[in-house]
Amino acid sequence: MMLRRLKPALAYLTLIVPSALIILGFLWLLITSFSTRIEGLRSLGWTLHNWRFLWESPFGPQYPSIWVVTLNTLVMSLIMTLIVVVVSSLTGYALSRMKFPGRKGFLSLTLILHAFPSVTLLIPIYFVLLWIAKIPLIGRDVPLLGGFGYNTLGGVALVMVAFQLPFGIWIMKGFFDNISWDMERSALIDGASRFKVWWQIIMPNIKPGIAALSIFAFLTAWNAYLIPLTFTAGRAGKSAVLSLYLQNFISESVMTEWNAVAAVGLFQLVPVVLFFLFTQEALLNIYGGGKKGGV
Amino acid sequence: MQGQLAPYVFLSPTLVLVTLFFFIPLVMVFILSFTKLDMTNFGILEWWRPVNWSLDNYVKIFTNRFFSKILGNTIMYVALTLALFNVGMALVIALITTHIRRRTGFAFRVLWFLPRITPVVVYTMMWRALAGPAPMGVINKYFLGPLGIGGGEYLLNTYPWVFIFLVNGFIGASFGMILFSSAIEAIPKDYTTASKVDGATTWQTIRYVELPMIKWPLLFVTTYQTLSLLTSFEQIMLLTDGGPGLYQTEVWALTAYHRALTSYFGNTQWGYGAAWSVVLVIIGIVMAVIYLRVFKFRELVEEPKIDQL
Repeated sequence: MMLRRLKPALAYLTLIVPSALIILGFLWLLITSFSTRIEGLRSLGWTLHNWRFLWESPFGPQYPSIWVVTLNTLVMSLIMTLIVVVVSSLTGYALSRMKFPGRKGFLSLTLILHAFPSVTLLIPIYFVLLWIAKIPLIGRDVPLLGGFGYNTLGGVALVMVAFQLPFGIWIMKGFFDNISWDMERSALIDGASRFKVWWQIIMPNIKPGIAALSIFAFLTAWNAYLIPLTFTAGRAGKSAVLSLYLQNFISESVMTEWNAVAAVGLFQLVPVVLFFLFTQEALLNIYGGGKKGGV
Repeated sequence: MQGQLAPYVFLSPTLVLVTLFFFIPLVMVFILSFTKLDMTNFGILEWWRPVNWSLDNYVKIFTNRFFSKILGNTIMYVALTLALFNVGMALVIALITTHIRRRTGFAFRVLWFLPRITPVVVYTMMWRALAGPAPMGVINKYFLGPLGIGGGEYLLNTYPWVFIFLVNGFIGASFGMILFSSAIEAIPKDYTTASKVDGATTWQTIRYVELPMIKWPLLFVTTYQTLSLLTSFEQIMLLTDGGPGLYQTEVWALTAYHRALTSYFGNTQWGYGAAWSVVLVIIGIVMAVIYLRVFKFRELVEEPKIDQL
């Protein structure tokens, strides 16, 4: 009988102890960002000094201010989200609704790409971005984005789009598969084009799918670290994003100001958590919907 | 229907992106892996010419004196993170949160989702603070200290692997958690009620009714997460960067990144790094094919039944 009581107790313990670690970690982050020094979770002095990056540039004028960096991150995330959603729904629609030679091959290809270790391609992608940078007009000097080549926001966004596409396509195909064919059929009989049907009839009907994929893509882009790190020239450059800005504090200064790092980290984290709390139902939808698509 | 071209118009953006960022790079990574291209001879070495190709990089990998260390690290990292967290912990959370009050269960799931949505730099920094030496470190101060374990040293240096499992596992667990809990909630209530009526304990219900019914999500999470772990190295890079000792926590994907894209000792060896990647790509493709077999790919690619206008 002892055993019967011990088992649930043990189970609860395996949930509660690790959960406590998460809570302690985030508490530490919050407390330390408002402290001069911290011992465990006990602040040794409260201050706003760590948050001064909000109104002055802590590394001198050659570095972009936090607001420029935030704008960069926002622009890159929005662009990436937009492209992922549009391209995935175009392709997902074709795969769900049209018959064409190569359909099966294309589907298995996206599935293999989905399971494919894409980070292993970082080296040659670097060369591809160097080439794109040489193309006039789209390579560089596009306002706001900088372009789509190496060391531009557009280039980083494009690489992330490619990595997200296999996932996005399968998710969108799953959502299209669930929509009845009737509305579309009558529109097509009336002579509407495939594109018009897709845009005016089908897209408004898969809003939950669009929402789920957008949130997922946006979170991925906002938090992205490795791809911006690899494909932009430096943390100080004009295409720096928040996760790289954070890295400034860690390696550039003589003594790392961990409290300031925590403050910048929270600055990057808080919007995401708020965003997540408001959208979590839609986000969890993607996993639920994903089961059908095999993702 | 206007023309046979319509599908390809819909597919074209994907085709362009996939060509630019998957096919061309894939071909290039294979070619590069046979060359000695690095930062110093970039622009001079004609890497696209077969004359400059050799198997040297591969010989170098397999005769590297840290080869077995790195391979062992990779296997240990994938197997243990997967077993303890991505499947193990995920299952524990899913099972418990579906058996307690709905609200509480939901709160736990949101909490476990936090590591996944936290920027990775902040997240690893948080763990460094948890692992810090006494009296700063949270774990030392509140857990190990009072219990009298250890001398309050920096835990990341003493137990680097433990923290690599924890840091990666806390992110990985949420994926399985979501899939498992939705699968458990989808089990018809009659089944669990019937087993309760027959006098089964909660544990027996879980063991003999619920677990067999979530066999597919279990299998899926295992295969899918194996692949994700095999190529993930961001957290390790930020946490220990392969240290603290020589190659102590270096895994395969991190080696490829180090060789190719960091100027360690002033050289970025693109060719050599590419060779490390190619081995990983081959493992990835083989596993992806097995994974398609297991998941009855044929059923997923059924012809659309609706295109007979």
